[in-house]
Order: sequence, then structure tokens, then C-alpha cells
Amino acid sequence: MDKLATIELLYQLADDDFIHAYRGSEWLGLSPHIEEDVASASINQDTMGHAFMLYGLLSDLGEGSIDELAHGRTNKDQWRNAIVVELPNGPGGYKEEPRYDFALAVVRNYIYIVAKLVKVHSLKESSYEPLKNISTKMSMELFYHHLHWKTWFVQLFTAGDEAKTRMSQALTIILQEAEGLFDMGALESNIVADGLISSKQELIHSFQQYIEPTLKNASIEAPLKIDMKMGNGRNRNHTEHLQSAIHTFSEVYSSDPTATW
Amino acid sequence: MDSIILALQNVKDPEIDSISIVELGMLHHIHLEKGELTVELLPTFMGCPALDIIEKNVVNELSNVSGVHTVHVHFVHSTPWTSNRITLRGRESLKEFGIAPPPHFIEGETKWEVDCPYCGSLYTTMENLFGPTACRSILYCKSCRNPFEAMKPISTLM
Repeated sequence: MDKLATIELLYQLADDDFIHAYRGSEWLGLSPHIEEDVASASINQDTMGHAFMLYGLLSDLGEGSIDELAHGRTNKDQWRNAIVVELPNGPGGYKEEPRYDFALAVVRNYIYIVAKLVKVHSLKESSYEPLKNISTKMSMELFYHHLHWKTWFVQLFTAGDEAKTRMSQALTIILQEAEGLFDMGALESNIVADGLISSKQELIHSFQQYIEPTLKNASIEAPLKIDMKMGNGRNRNHTEHLQSAIHTFSEVYSSDPTATW
Repeated sequence: MDSIILALQNVKDPEIDSISIVELGMLHHIHLEKGELTVELLPTFMGCPALDIIEKNVVNELSNVSGVHTVHVHFVHSTPWTSNRITLRGRESLKEFGIAPPPHFIEGETKWEVDCPYCGSLYTTMENLFGPTACRSILYCKSCRNPFEAMKPISTLM
């Protein structure tokens, strides 16, 4: 087993889930209706649970405690998440006039979940047994996440004028950074050679295949053009949005790291 | 061993107090050696906040069993929990709480037949795939006009 490569991949998977679920948690109480609030809260709780398991695997490999991994890395340069998950939900902040964009939330969640489905499918064959085990568990929960976000994605894209316009704008923003979800940074060749997960190219190919029928239903041209214009999070390139998110979610932990909860 | 299982029947799901963790199918393996007891449990959902409470309750219940000195609880991920693990008695316990037991999962099928836990009618509709906890959905019975919850089917085929 290539320990360095395993650790690197685990950080990428865990940080993606953690930051994505954090951005999702910022919707709590703000969703368009109560059923959506219940649903997205449940989904984000699951995703946070996945991050917890992945940090647990890192902890088993000597990377520190789960709490420390999630809340103790106070500098954005310590994170490996893709930039697409750290982008804010919209103008304003959770506590001061959140003018979040639900179209952006639906598009980001849908693209994220299909990318994750494809990765988890590959991880079910991973050479690293603990990762293979939790992937089987993750995929059962993803089944419901996917149903949920796909429904919104198709319905809003095929709805009236404003919905379609806003969804198209959101899709443009998300696709500009979506490539970062598949990238594995400098250690990709080691990660793939060790049989931990399929290559970036193969994952993107599966993603395009998987998403094609849905795009057809929503009259969107396939294949999707994906990019990472703002940089590669796997190489620790991040925006200031991540730094301010870290500041918010680690505030309580930083106030007393030795406290037990 | 029987006294251990009996004690575990007292550990209920913190969010559905009519069903024990044994009836839920969470018990994977028990190992007792020289007073040292190891209980392996299968978590239902990975982000379930009830897991810590369950762990504490297992330790509390089993510490009183004779012949047991120390209790270790491990959550195991090598075997996934599925909703088919809920026992027949467990399915009845869920109904007592007003929750319909999970329907059987059929591959490729995303619409399930769930009968109302109050009147038994099949004339029900899905209101929200997601409910108050990760493992439940919200439904409505058009016969007795009660809203109710159902456990989600969870399968390795997913």
C-alpha cells in the first residue's frame, strides 16, 4: 500500500464532503419550502457523516483526531477540497441578509452528487479495504440524494423562463470549476497505480455517460464542458471564500480545543 | 450469552423508543472473553447522531450483566446494514410507534407500496422522501387521512 497516496486521496474525498456539507448547512431554515428544508438538512447530515468516516480513516493512519482534522486546520492552505464546493451560496451571509441562489444550490448539488456517485462506484473496487467498505455504505445513502437533486434539476430546467435562465447561469458557474472534483493533484499517478480509484480521465468519462440521459431530458447539450478556472484545490489553491468559511465553522472549536462535547 | 441479548433488548433506538437495536438488526457480533465483552454494531446511517447515545446505552445496560467486567462497543463498516435486517418483531414495533416498516427494495424501482401503520390501507402517497431523521420518509394516508412516517428501504443493490 502506498501510504502517502492513500492519505492524499482520503483528504481530497473528506474535504470535498465536509466543505460541501458545510455550504449545504448554510441553507438551514432558508430553503424555498419546509419539505426542502427537511430534505436538504437530511442530505447534508448524511454527507457530513461521510466526511466523518473519511476523517476517521485518516485518523487511523495517524493524521490526528477527527475533530482536529475538521476544525483544527485553520489555514486554507491545509485543505484539499475542490474550489467548486467552497464557492458561497450567493450574496450576503447566513447571519446577515442571506440572498442565496437556489438555482446555484440545485446545480451544484446535482453535479456534485453525480461526480460522487461515479467516484464511489469506483471506490467499491478500491485496493484499500477500509475505503472500499465505507463506499458500499455511502452508495446506499447517495441513492436518495441523487433522486432528490435530479428531480429538482430536471424540473427547474424544464420550467418557465426565469427558472431556465437562472439554472443556465448557475450551470455555467459550476461547470467552470467542476473539473476540480475529479482531479487528484500531483499524486494522481501513485493513487491510480495503487488501485485506490480510477483515473481522472476514466472518472470524467463515466460522469459524462451517467449524466447524459438527464441532460437530454433537460435539453442541455452533451457532453458538458468542465474546467477549473480559479485553480486546483488539490494543489492547495483556494479562494478567500474558503478562509472565511473555515473561520466561521471553526470558531467554537478554536475557542477551547480541549473541551469535550 | 442469553442474558446479554436480553439486556441488549433494553437498548432502544433513541429516536424510536418502541424498537430495540437487536430488532433493528444492528447487532453484528458479540464476543465475551474473561469478562471482557466486545459488541459489534452496524450503524444504520453514517451521519446518525444517535450512534453515540446507543453506544453509551449499550455500555450501561451490559455493565450490569453478571460475568461482564468491561464493555467495548465497535461500529463495523465491513458489513453494511440494510433494512432487510429488521426482524418481524421489529417491523411490528415500528408500527406501534406509528412508523411504517421499510418496503422491500426492488432494483430499478423508485416507487414503493407502503401501507398505513394506522389503518393498513395501501391508498397512501409520498409527501417527502426525507423526514425528521435520515432513515425516515413522510407519507400521507388518503383512507384514514393521517400523515405518517415510513422507514426508507436501504439495500446493497442501491
